[in-house]
Amino acid sequence: MIVTAAPPRSPRHALNDGDLRSLLLIRHFERALLRLFEQGVLSGTTHTCLGQEYIPVTLSALLRDDDFVFSNHRGHGHFLARHPDPHGLLAEIMGREGALCGGVGGSQHIYHRRFLSTGVQGESLPVATGVALKLAGTGALACAYIGDGTWGEGAVYEALNMASLWRVPLLVVVEHNGIAQSTPTSAQMAGTIAARAAAFGVRHHHVTSTDVGEIRDALAPLVDAVRAEPSPLVVEFATHRLGPHSKGDDTRPPEEIRRAQESDWYDRHAETDPERFARLDREQRELVERVVAEVSARPLSRPGGAA
Amino acid sequence: MTRVSEHLNQALHDLMESDPSVHLLGEDVSDPYGGAFKVTRGLSGRFGSRVRSTPLSEGAIAGVGAGLALAGDKAIVEIMFADFVALAFDQITNFAAKSTSMYGRPVPVPLVVRCPTGGNRGYGPTHSQNPQKHFIGVPGLSLFEMTPFHDAGELFSRMFGLGRPCLFFEDKVLYTRQMYRTDDLFRFELVDDVARVYLDGAGRPDCTLVTHGGLVHRTLDAMRALLLEDDLICELLVPAQLYPVPHLPGLEDAPHVCVVDDGTEGGTWAAEVATALYPRLWGRLRRPITLINSADGVIPAAPHLEREVLVQADSIRAAVREALS
Repeated sequence: MIVTAAPPRSPRHALNDGDLRSLLLIRHFERALLRLFEQGVLSGTTHTCLGQEYIPVTLSALLRDDDFVFSNHRGHGHFLARHPDPHGLLAEIMGREGALCGGVGGSQHIYHRRFLSTGVQGESLPVATGVALKLAGTGALACAYIGDGTWGEGAVYEALNMASLWRVPLLVVVEHNGIAQSTPTSAQMAGTIAARAAAFGVRHHHVTSTDVGEIRDALAPLVDAVRAEPSPLVVEFATHRLGPHSKGDDTRPPEEIRRAQESDWYDRHAETDPERFARLDREQRELVERVVAEVSARPLSRPGGAA
Repeated sequence: MTRVSEHLNQALHDLMESDPSVHLLGEDVSDPYGGAFKVTRGLSGRFGSRVRSTPLSEGAIAGVGAGLALAGDKAIVEIMFADFVALAFDQITNFAAKSTSMYGRPVPVPLVVRCPTGGNRGYGPTHSQNPQKHFIGVPGLSLFEMTPFHDAGELFSRMFGLGRPCLFFEDKVLYTRQMYRTDDLFRFELVDDVARVYLDGAGRPDCTLVTHGGLVHRTLDAMRALLLEDDLICELLVPAQLYPVPHLPGLEDAPHVCVVDDGTEGGTWAAEVATALYPRLWGRLRRPITLINSADGVIPAAPHLEREVLVQADSIRAAVREALS
């Protein structure tokens, strides 16, 4: 089995308040969703990104307003790191007034400004390549989040081939959490993501750190090159999913879940800077509680007039 | 005298000249090859990187087209043989078509996927099909087909004007036929979207046939034989828009209606047309609408076997005679 959980260690860069707020907003938002499901308040399904929040938070500072971001089924963190609008997102998930997409799209299908998510694995990469083709030369890029499981889809390879051939500014962010729903990577992927990228002549960067500042420093020149050259780039994060695939469907052995928890950023940051962490943690937890109370009380959404 | 393929080529030249936001992508579309059926000839030399020969990746080609459309441009995607559009089914139905409405507000996706269809060329089971029926009833998706009577430039404008993805079917045999020509016996006129082909000076026809562009010439051959040898007068309606089924004019007085469809039997376009017509014509019809389709089978390569599967002029004639007997 490939163990992708990042090694636990203290953060080397101090997080600024904005980044810490963003991390905690996503963490408390996702926890609130799981609670709401337990209470039977939410319909359908959800895929939380508990443990992976630092990835979109890291990326958020490297992305520009005119970049396109393509997200997937596990996209709440991607959205909140780019657009801190928990009211709109929760209203979308709950089908309430003020929903980002009128309640039609729900958790997995959001289109807001230049952020778009879809629920079919790999589907977004060809679309992102088309958008990047249009953006080439403008300095903007298309960023697409995918998982390790997504590499089973042929669309990924078709898109990488074209993106490399046509030199388009496409940033592929791989959240490799070592498990595709219930199937460990070792049972669903032969070879490596690095070798796949190399086969298409696409630059690949592997991230094992969970330190926002450290990762940003490493990625900044690479992302600049995506824009300037332009050229595609695959950034693979070795990360870990703390929670279940969706809800109550975690079949991993307890020691594996424990190992994922050991590399979680939350406790480490709490220990490093206890006073500030506790203050912002409480602030964001209470913010999410207010969002839940407020959005839950809204009337049902109607599509057509959403943002 | 312009062949349909030349007419389409000119329409693409005019479109790309007049609208710099239009891109064209597909396999082998660039010069000097100019597409498997030469419909894109001369475009790459004239319009540079807006015309791209792509890898063999129908799914991603459709996705890239949708991406260009999403980013504010327009895209025409050529699928070399319509059979291969199956490889783009997810991008077309789950992304391009759904995106027009799944985000809670109208999202324009100006994307036209051109699909060369049809048999009678001996290309065999995977290069001869009419896959229109697989795309009927997909929310957010419209289907059009080239006919010898409709101006292709106007059709491209209409399709892009809809702001939603469209499949545009072009019969491969039709490419070699002349535009705006019928037969010395028949004339045609456009009534709104629909071409009406009729016997000049004749009164009420015995049967009104409805078909799509690729079957026009086989149907006209059948109409000629029915007139000269069976003394039956037929009229023909050819819509360029296949789905949603448009209003088909003048059927209220038709003694009989027959829909001719080159797709294989089962879940057909012909049945969709009949479904649209029954409520409107109920009470006036003297007998059920006749549906003529290709057989429920793969399309063989050998010409004598292929002929038996696909709709032919003689099978249309036989079906009309039987219905009216």
